[in-house]
Amino acid sequence: MRVTVHYFAVLREYSGQCEQSIEVADGLNVGALYRDLFPAYGALPVMFAVNQEYVDKAHTLKDGDEVAFIPPLGGG
Amino acid sequence: MYFLTKEAIETDVLRAAVLRPEAGAVLVFEGTTRNHHDGRSVLRLEYEAYAGMAEMEMEKVGRQVADQWPEVRIAIAHRIGVVPVGEASVVIATSAPHRDAVYAANRFAIDALKEMVPIWKKEVYADGSVWKANTEVNGDGPA
Repeated sequence: MRVTVHYFAVLREYSGQCEQSIEVADGLNVGALYRDLFPAYGALPVMFAVNQEYVDKAHTLKDGDEVAFIPPLGGG
Repeated sequence: MYFLTKEAIETDVLRAAVLRPEAGAVLVFEGTTRNHHDGRSVLRLEYEAYAGMAEMEMEKVGRQVADQWPEVRIAIAHRIGVVPVGEASVVIATSAPHRDAVYAANRFAIDALKEMVPIWKKEVYADGSVWKANTEVNGDGPA
């Protein structure tokens, strides 16, 4: 199945792109996808969003999901 | 009224959005860019947002305010892109019949925004740049 992943801030700069369509294994959870894509950023306290809603790292992905890794926020 | 903008935030627009005859108090908070951080001179700030989700999370902050202070009307705007030193990156306007609620709701809203709305800030110095986290709300050190 395929998901679209959005990158922001430090993760955008590290990955060199804003978004990417990725083929992932059925049943993969969002936290595992992050570990696969950003092994060097395992200590970063990221939050996760799927289809623009915050979810837990154990949230199971579905085909067509819009995934975002949310590095520490700086708004305000 | 909840929006992101690449232009300078027109504070009067937010103030007008919450003004009404029932209001005996109107409070407009502007978060502006500082010219220093930890002794380093800041040239400018660069904000980026997860467009779509950021507006939805700003609306959620507004709904939380409405739940806690039903008499308060609120408007929130956040600037993205380059924000020069001294200009507002965020503006929050609140109105209510009495002043206690506008102060409490406005303070709640800026804290909730910093904690939940997907927006990021890069501080650009003369000799480099860094993505600055809202550590004051994450509880892992001084801002």
